[in-house]
Amino acid sequence: MRFDAYSTDGFYDELFLDDGSPRPEARELVERIEALSDGELTRRHQAAERALLRMGITFNVYGEEPSSERIFPFDIIPRIVSRTDWALIESGLQQRIRALNQFIDDIYHEQRIVRDGVVPAEVVHSSQGFRRQCVGLNPPGGVWCHITGSDLVRDRDGTIYVLEDNLRCPSGVSYVLENRAVMKQTFPTVFEGLRVRPVVDYPGRLLRMLEEVAPRRAARISVAVLTPGVYNSAYFEHSFLAQQMGVELVEGRDLVVSDGLLNMRTTRGLEPVDVLYRRIDDDFLDPTCFRSESVLGVPGLMDVYRAGRLALVNAPGTGVADDKVVYAYVPEMIRYYLDEAAILPNVPTYLCWRESDRKYVLEHLDQLVVKAANESGGYGMLVGPHASAAEREEFKARITAEPRNYIAQPTLGLSRVPIRVDNGFAGRHVDLRPYILYGNEPFVLPGGLTRVALQEGSLVVNSSQGGGSKDTWVLA
Amino acid sequence: MLSRVAESVYWMSRYIERAENVARVVGVNLKLEIDLSGIAEEQWDPMVQVGGGHADFRGRYDGPSRANVIEFLTFDRQNPNSVVSCVAAARENARTVREIISSEMWGEINDFYLSVTAPDARDRVRRDAAEFFQQVQRTSHLVEGTKNETMEHGEAWHFTRLGRYLERADQTSRILDVKYFLLLPSAADVGRPVDDIQWSALLRSTSGFEAYRRTFGLVSRESVVAFLLFDRQFPRSVHHCVTRAQVSLHEITGTPLRRFGNEAEQQLGRLVAELDYSDPGDAIARGLHQVIDGLQHRFNQVGEAITATFFRVV
Repeated sequence: MRFDAYSTDGFYDELFLDDGSPRPEARELVERIEALSDGELTRRHQAAERALLRMGITFNVYGEEPSSERIFPFDIIPRIVSRTDWALIESGLQQRIRALNQFIDDIYHEQRIVRDGVVPAEVVHSSQGFRRQCVGLNPPGGVWCHITGSDLVRDRDGTIYVLEDNLRCPSGVSYVLENRAVMKQTFPTVFEGLRVRPVVDYPGRLLRMLEEVAPRRAARISVAVLTPGVYNSAYFEHSFLAQQMGVELVEGRDLVVSDGLLNMRTTRGLEPVDVLYRRIDDDFLDPTCFRSESVLGVPGLMDVYRAGRLALVNAPGTGVADDKVVYAYVPEMIRYYLDEAAILPNVPTYLCWRESDRKYVLEHLDQLVVKAANESGGYGMLVGPHASAAEREEFKARITAEPRNYIAQPTLGLSRVPIRVDNGFAGRHVDLRPYILYGNEPFVLPGGLTRVALQEGSLVVNSSQGGGSKDTWVLA
Repeated sequence: MLSRVAESVYWMSRYIERAENVARVVGVNLKLEIDLSGIAEEQWDPMVQVGGGHADFRGRYDGPSRANVIEFLTFDRQNPNSVVSCVAAARENARTVREIISSEMWGEINDFYLSVTAPDARDRVRRDAAEFFQQVQRTSHLVEGTKNETMEHGEAWHFTRLGRYLERADQTSRILDVKYFLLLPSAADVGRPVDDIQWSALLRSTSGFEAYRRTFGLVSRESVVAFLLFDRQFPRSVHHCVTRAQVSLHEITGTPLRRFGNEAEQQLGRLVAELDYSDPGDAIARGLHQVIDGLQHRFNQVGEAITATFFRVV
């Protein structure tokens, strides 16, 4: 099946140059795909979808009945990241995570960065992820953001930007692992001779990191994954990671605080937990500390944490840095804490609470992407050039009413990757979410989740908004 | 292991076993229908009695026709014991313990669910009902085999065995009860071919016909009762099932057999002892229906004791 008719349409394409020839790192892959017949590629694609359905790699769609499960759409053409691009991404993210971790620790202690006038106090205290209850806490090893999934995008000119830092409970890593597993199973020939870096060791690295941050040293550290339950949209991932690490998957009702320790209810009575990889938000962790109506959490859990007898991953309060206004200050944080220039740039960001920025944003809504500072998943977002006049008016009113809650960024011409369509290939916009683990040292998994906007022309890649995914090949 | 997880693997297994038994009962009746055509009336009504959903069935269907009974027992989501309801419940339980069961086993259970809920499932029954119900049985065996060969034989595995064997003991006793009631010989029927065919069908619905033949030869009432309740080697007899369940129960706790450390072990131990020292002549003399009622009461007590001992500990 040939790429002859494929056009990059003036966008940066991750596999092809503007003249239609493959990028050097993609040449062998393109040759291999072109050697297949149309029917063969379709068969492989269908086999991959069947495998995903059989494995139950599905997500629940909210607002439909519980049985409504869909497979996360998968495209069989992989996305390639060259060795040089990866070197940049890896060092840039390691740098960023060190700075963000220092920032969070600083915010819950002396707030030097505020006192030195680098980040305004009101930005910190109005961040929805700021937790007064966490002031003065010292998580084991001084690490707050153990697991991060930063979203990267590439603009028309090839520059890679950090779009946002997901520091709370980033999801999607199970798709990275399963996409690779499915590709190896249904399309093994396409890997031959290409030095694709493995991702299969992620659960082992995750487990090692979780053991590294345990509050005590012991021959056997007790680790558990805390899930909101089977109806959560990311439940598959929670159970997958627990299974692959060989640790218990617990719900709030399986846990109880007793004798100053966090315990699991087992068939033999109570057994203590040292490290909890929690996949529920801060607000639901402990009804006696955060939201009192929460039934997902465990009363007294935060007392055990405060007493240093439990590690929580990520640490509660980490979300203070997961705010799109705080995001705008990350390059300054890197300079302030590390005395370095940011390796990966931020997307230029207008902060609507600044009067001059707001004025510019309101006058240029048709050119900008507007985002609510504390939303994720593609909700609360306006893509100016694609929006109707009515939608722009609505956002104008929202921004004026709540300027702190909105930021705006220029509309990037996100890079594209070919996907398989009915009669050939077509370019679609993508982003990239690599995963960073931070125990003793930051580690960036060589791979990541490439999310692809399946709709022609769409710039929104979130799975809740009709996005799909691709296997992501980082070349050695 | 977590109490919640233990409870889920236990019920996952029970539901798979229950689905298999529904398929067995329906599958055998389909064959019986052919053998008896021209000799006797079709008997679809008792199929509903086995599962205990008689009142519900009568309320919602216009009579025990073949099509109605198959729909009720196979696809009716309002019937908690239909094949689809059982497989869906097994899968929901499996979904909450995916980190405990093997990926291969999850794959088989998920496939099972996708197959019985596929849009063409009713068509498959219409085209070849016997094949459909055989497929359900085969899939249940595939799940069991995959479990045995891919899951470590630890605590969780023993909870699946406990669930599976208790469910099977219960189902075998129900099949025997309903069929026995129907087959109570009237003077005129004794020795007629219908009788023999029906008793053989009862044995076939438990896959026990061939094993029975080797042990007892000709079909007789006492021997069938002896076989299905008291045989020690046949994997679907009540005695075999409860002794296997007992072995798993004691593997879970570490208590030596013939002793007890909790209510579940006590209840199950008493039941095993009772079966150890009973014989079919006794059972028939006391009234088989009463004996089976007594057994089912004991199964319920054992089930409640297991819940109290392991699933609601603290």
